[in-house]
This record gives sequence, structure tokens and C-alpha cells, in this order.
Amino acid sequence: MSSESTILNTPVPPQTSAPVATVPPIWQVTIGVMALQGDFDAHEKALAALPGVSVKRVRTVADLDSVDGLILPGGESTTMAKLLLRFELMEPLKKRLNAGMPAFGTCAGLILLSEDILNRPEQPTIGVLSCTVDRNAFGRQVDSFETDLAFPLPDEPAAMVRAVFIRAPYVVQARGEAQVLATYDNRIVAVQQNNILGIAFHPELTGDLRVHSYFVNLVRHSTEKR
Amino acid sequence: MTDRATWRTRIGLAEMLKGGVIMDVANVEHAVIAEEAGAVAVMALERVPSDIRSQGGVARASSPKMIKEIMAKVSIPVMAKCRIGHFVEAQMLEALGVDFVDESEVLTPADEENHVNKLAFKVPFVCGCRDLGEALRRISEGAAMIRTKGEAGTGNVVEAVRHMRTLMRDIRRIQTLRDDELMVAAKELRAPFDLIAYVHENGKLPVPNFSAGGIATPADAALMMHLGAEAVFVGSGIFKSADPRQRAKAIVEATTYYDDPARLVEISMELGDAMPSLDIRTMPESEKLATRGW
Repeated sequence: MSSESTILNTPVPPQTSAPVATVPPIWQVTIGVMALQGDFDAHEKALAALPGVSVKRVRTVADLDSVDGLILPGGESTTMAKLLLRFELMEPLKKRLNAGMPAFGTCAGLILLSEDILNRPEQPTIGVLSCTVDRNAFGRQVDSFETDLAFPLPDEPAAMVRAVFIRAPYVVQARGEAQVLATYDNRIVAVQQNNILGIAFHPELTGDLRVHSYFVNLVRHSTEKR
Repeated sequence: MTDRATWRTRIGLAEMLKGGVIMDVANVEHAVIAEEAGAVAVMALERVPSDIRSQGGVARASSPKMIKEIMAKVSIPVMAKCRIGHFVEAQMLEALGVDFVDESEVLTPADEENHVNKLAFKVPFVCGCRDLGEALRRISEGAAMIRTKGEAGTGNVVEAVRHMRTLMRDIRRIQTLRDDELMVAAKELRAPFDLIAYVHENGKLPVPNFSAGGIATPADAALMMHLGAEAVFVGSGIFKSADPRQRAKAIVEATTYYDDPARLVEISMELGDAMPSLDIRTMPESEKLATRGW
């Protein structure tokens, strides 16, 4: 016992080894990648390259419960929607998203997040983005392309990204709170509605981590009530 | 600058099919069943491999009319096969607008020395292999996806296992070599040096690696995923079985949940009979499709 605490009759605070704050502390987050089907491993690689991110493959409700934000990868939206319903992930996922969990969908992921699909009312979606999307809207595989696209980021308003479109959809209508982030050839190819990000192309295939980093920041500042 | 048919857009589509099942379909009805079951793509062909095997004769690319009908009906990618070395069949499939061309040993080869120069096309190609050397030769010719061959139309997974194990073992061996041993490895495997160097560095093929040839049950699909397949092709296994709808759905589910045995049990409960199958050990060498391709 130190003599000071005896004299002042105050408890000694527990000894803490306060680190020297030379770098800002990184707020560690766990980001899930829905791995029912698609290019989930490309997203996992992109996330793993970012500081302060733990990556979790999501195939079950228990997996979903353990993440702070979720990426819905590219792939076949029809296949993913069927598996979400068959293995009873659709409702738990909607519940988390409606409570404010951040999500980021690319290509098929954008389709799954949207409210409805042009001419395909029978295909189920999660419906948290106030958008109508058109599937395979740029054509078949021989029409797939990559291009330089203006994609404004908070700390880089003039950012350009290399955008890879593969049998890609686009947003034919963004309503209400859905904000348009990027367009190509007068077509909407990126939208954000609060914490939900939907992109028609594939940042995960380029090695450019800026869009993933932007999403990780949305997760760090998430106020989801759990 | 906007570029079409880049290496990234070709491999990109293969990336999108990972974790999925590509199903052989012989007509529009099959294609609809496959899409409803959750297939990530369909392979349009006139006869499934087990029929090609039993009926004999020359197997060629399918009729453009039939492929076109399937493309009009389903929203998932449509693939089609051309004969090994038959670049005109490949050009016609590209002109038709199919999403992937399979230069396939299941059809009768048109050239017993050369494969198609796949770099000359906009449409991406998938090719079969039995080992790493064959895989790297096909990639060097421009294949954007590799599938191990297995033995198509047999309902017997043994060759698919052999080819995937051989490929993955070859890859692991290349990883362990010293830099000054890579040239000899390239010589022995008859593969381009730069691709051997890529495998040494990365421990994987430079393109997605799928499995085909003999997958007949959900358990077979799960086994191939464990052994290193990133997705599976199912040929005769679905539409030669007693209940194609149920089996197609079950194989899709098993490919996603391949490492969850309890769920595989649940998935495999109501399957009906598998396709009629063949013992490959009693099959004459001349009937094996996997030996086609060079």
C-alpha cells in the first residue's frame, strides 16, 4: 500500500499500463461475408487486407449473430435467394438490417438488397434498399466490361475507381432515402441508403480497397441496437 | 477507358460461379428445373454424357436452336460444349452469345493434337484436366476456368477424386520447391515456366478450379468441395436419377453446406434412386473420356 493513499485515505486506482497513444486506436469490427454462393473469397481477401477487421464466413443464423456488418457478394441472385429462404436465414437477416446493421452488396448482392426486380416479381429479395433493379441489364457475358468510374468518397470527392461489370444489373429507379453514389452511361450503378450500400460492379476483383474501407467505416460508426 | 472481354471479366464470371452447381441440361424443361433448384449456370447439350456413352457415334456441339431456346428461357448463365480443337464450333457458340464455352472431352475430339486458341475469343472458356501440367497448358491457351475431368457419364466419383487429388498434390509439391528447381518441374509437367512460377508463389491455379465427371449424390459434391473444388459440374447425375428436381436441389444445398455432416444428412433424406452407374475398373481404356485432351 502506498503511503499517499494512507495519508489521503483514498483508494489506489488499479494499475493500468496505459499505452502511449502514437497511433489512433482502431475500433475492431467483425464483418461477415455471406458465403452461400458467389465470389465470397474475393471479398474476404479484400477485408483481410484492412486493419482492424475480423472476417467471418456467414452460412448460418449463429454466424450472422456474430457479425457487426455483412457483405453480400456477387454470384447468382436466384441461387442465393433460394438458399436464404430454404435455410431460414431471410427473416433473421431482414430483422438485423431493419435494426440498422450495415450491409454492402455487389452485383447479386445489390439485387438481393433491393425492393424489387424489373419484370421478375416472383424473385424474392430482402428489400431494404428503396430501389428497382434490372438484372443482366448490360447484356450477357460477351458484353461484360470494365471502365473508369467517378466514385466520390468522403475523404476523396474526386475518386475514380476501376469498375468491373459482369453480367451486371443496374438500378432503374432509386426512391425515398436511397442516394445515388455513381452512374455509368446515365445508369445508376451505386446507391446508399443510410447504412446499406449497393453497387452493380465488383470492387473486390480489382485489389483497390477504398470501397471496402468506406464500408468498414460505416460499420465502425454503426448505431445498430442489438 | 472502357474495355470488353478482359482477362478480369472472363475470370470474374468464373469467380461468380464459386460455391455453386453447374448442371447439364438437354432441353428447356431441364433448364427450368435446374434454375428452380438453384443452379448457378446450365450446360446446354443434346445428350447427357451417359447417353453419349451408351449410344456411341460422334458427339458434336449441340444445335444452335436448342441452345438459343434455353438462353431465352432462363436468367442464369448458359454454357455450351465444343469439341476439342473445333474452333469453328467455338466461334458459333460465341456468335450465339453463350456465357461460357466448355472445350470438352465429353464430345468426340475434332483435333487429336491441338486445342482451340482460346485467347482469340471474347467468350471465356473452361477446359478439363487430370493433373497440373494439363491445367496449366489449357490456361496458357486462354482457359479462364479449369475443371478436373473425372469420368463423365459413369455416376462414379472415383476418377473425379483421383484427378482433384492429383492436381492439388501437384500444386502443393510445386510450392515446396526451391526457385532453382522450377525449370525442371516445368519440363517434367510440360507446362509453361511462368505459370509454374505463379503456382509456386501463390499455391493455387491462376483461375478458379472446379470439379466434374461422375458426381451423382450430394455426398459426392460435398466430397469434391472438401478436396479443393471451388464449385461442381453435375452431368448425368441429375437428369438420369429417379427424382431430378429433388436431387438437383439437394446437390445445390450440399455444395454450400459441404462441411456440415448433420445438414448433409437432412439434405439427403428424400432423394430416390441415383443414376445407373458404371465400374471404371472393368471399362476398356478406349471408352474412357478423360484420356482425350493433350
